[in-house]
Amino acid sequence: MNATTPIQNSIAEQPLSPWQLFWRRLKQRRIAMVGGVILILLYLVALFAGFVAPYSYDRQDRDRFFHPPTWPRLSGFRLVIPRYEQLPGDFNYRAVPADTRPVHWFVRGDEYKLFGLIPATIHLFGTGDERYPVYLLGTDQFGRDVLSRLLSGSQISLSIGIIGILLSFTLGMIIGGISGYFSGWTDTLIMRLCELIMSIPALYLIISLRATFPPGMSSAQLYAMIIIILSFIGWASMARVIRGMTLSLREQQFVLAARALGQTHLKVIVRHILPNTFSYVIVAATLSVPYYILGEVVLSFLGVGIQEPNASWGNMLTAAQNTEYLRNYPWLLAPGAAIFITVLAFNFLGDGLRDAADTKAL
Amino acid sequence: MNLLEIKNLKMDFGSGADALRAVDGVSLTIGTGETVCLVGESGCGKTVTALSIGKLVPTPPANSVGGEIRLNGRDVLKMSNAELRSIRGGVVSYVFQEPGASLNPVFRVGNQIKESLKLHKPEKATNEEVIRLLKLVGIPAPESRIKNYPFEMSGGMQQRVMIAMALASEPKLLVADEPTTALDVTIQAQILELLSELKQRLGMAILLITHNLGIVGDMADRVAVMYAGQIVELSPAKELLRRPLHPYTRALMASVPKLHGDADRLSAIPGNVPRIGNFPPGCRFAPRCPIAKPECSAQIPELVEVEAGRFVRCPFWK
Repeated sequence: MNATTPIQNSIAEQPLSPWQLFWRRLKQRRIAMVGGVILILLYLVALFAGFVAPYSYDRQDRDRFFHPPTWPRLSGFRLVIPRYEQLPGDFNYRAVPADTRPVHWFVRGDEYKLFGLIPATIHLFGTGDERYPVYLLGTDQFGRDVLSRLLSGSQISLSIGIIGILLSFTLGMIIGGISGYFSGWTDTLIMRLCELIMSIPALYLIISLRATFPPGMSSAQLYAMIIIILSFIGWASMARVIRGMTLSLREQQFVLAARALGQTHLKVIVRHILPNTFSYVIVAATLSVPYYILGEVVLSFLGVGIQEPNASWGNMLTAAQNTEYLRNYPWLLAPGAAIFITVLAFNFLGDGLRDAADTKAL
Repeated sequence: MNLLEIKNLKMDFGSGADALRAVDGVSLTIGTGETVCLVGESGCGKTVTALSIGKLVPTPPANSVGGEIRLNGRDVLKMSNAELRSIRGGVVSYVFQEPGASLNPVFRVGNQIKESLKLHKPEKATNEEVIRLLKLVGIPAPESRIKNYPFEMSGGMQQRVMIAMALASEPKLLVADEPTTALDVTIQAQILELLSELKQRLGMAILLITHNLGIVGDMADRVAVMYAGQIVELSPAKELLRRPLHPYTRALMASVPKLHGDADRLSAIPGNVPRIGNFPPGCRFAPRCPIAKPECSAQIPELVEVEAGRFVRCPFWK
């Protein structure tokens, strides 16, 4: 046994990187981890929405408007769905217990496009029989499956949060970095612009910005429009914070050292100053995603966002704004529950990230 | 032709009536492979002079109002931004006082050295070259050290990394702005030894800024003593240490504590350094000078060559 071995080992052993330390602290916060796991599940389901949903988001069942949720029962060793018959009166349905069909996995059904590209017809579950539909969350006023619409809408609502954050935070970081780094009149100009945007109430700004876009846009254009509007409003507050952090970071000697090596101003900002703000930015981004999701909800709820028959959590809630509907068909509130869970999960994760990023708290 | 020729450099902070002149008519030359020490108290303009060589003083608030800085024969003050970027790091590299603050805390040191290589020697921006540089500055086990973050290193190691970064592009001139002030004495000695060894091996010139006269004797070929924005004495190092001519230099030497002899009170220069913008008329050292005469306050004395290679800004040096 060589006597020098232990010493060599201790040199070769890498100490934990800041990210590893961060991850270790995050793992200790259970609520944050729960939030994170919920979000991962939500995004996974959204990714495979067409496959998980039993029906197409725009498929109308004209025999079953406002159908209550139908839950499969266990009969022997398999799940079965009973047939429902319509009773006289307004949308009253009753299960026929003896008349059931088994629920199958991977059944052929409505056509959809996986990831928006690959045409497919296989769905995760279903009965494969139109007379025995599986409506886990009931149907809406047009006889469309609420669960299928919820999943289809999650693709829009969840991705708007992420893309909106990416866009507005990238803008906010670069603009705020430039503002703080150069200071002087550049700074004054940018900061007054930020204040202008922030001083107008967000809702009026959203609606007036919406008015600048032509009516009758396709759903893809509407989607892009919502992101642009929300990001246009969102970058300002980010830019202000980043500008403040840049003001102190640019006085650090490593900035002078980078300049002394011949680095350009832009690269000093992007490569040396902005990475030092990441621990704040990641936390702020996680905590801000809900505002973008809610922003889409507000726009669609007001009828200026995603248009029928395309589903989003916001325009699904529009159907639930009538008290009579709410009293009689409470399952229409399902998108509200989805929003609640998502926003809560993001806040849990964001809080945990903030605690983990704050090394002084330990 | 000298590598660096600073002629009558004048730097203001602010403009118009409020302008404060931090550097007032500094002239200095550095030859290829020469080590020049710039000595003086805090706030006397050493750092501003040094940063001016790479035109790194932020403008505004600073403002160069006169003089020229010829690096390799070309005036730095008249260069375009692109030219400036190529000489920064390429011809003149910097090592600063606080090694911990000079490294970006969120990147591994290997990547930071590589960035320096990418800027000036893109074809050599490899891990092997980074490891070679770290070996050159005497960091043990460089293969594993390149993955370290700056906070995982000691101050001396951080300063070695900074020196490796500065050397990456094989500059002609290394400006070391108080490179050892933040380090303890043994590490200080190691870093200085490293600098003189590298200088011998790579043949680069060094402009060493310090307020520690002890360093001067070990390192410098020539010494420039600055006081209140002006050079008051410029002289070969050995002769300056043996026989300082300017009364300020003499007073500085007298205030270095002696190792031998009775431990009396530390001797200090009476009075304070005048504030920039509030300089006395005439010789700026006159109010604190033991040999001042009334005519000292009449006009600023010229920097005159009184012996071969020795310049003094005092007519009464004898």
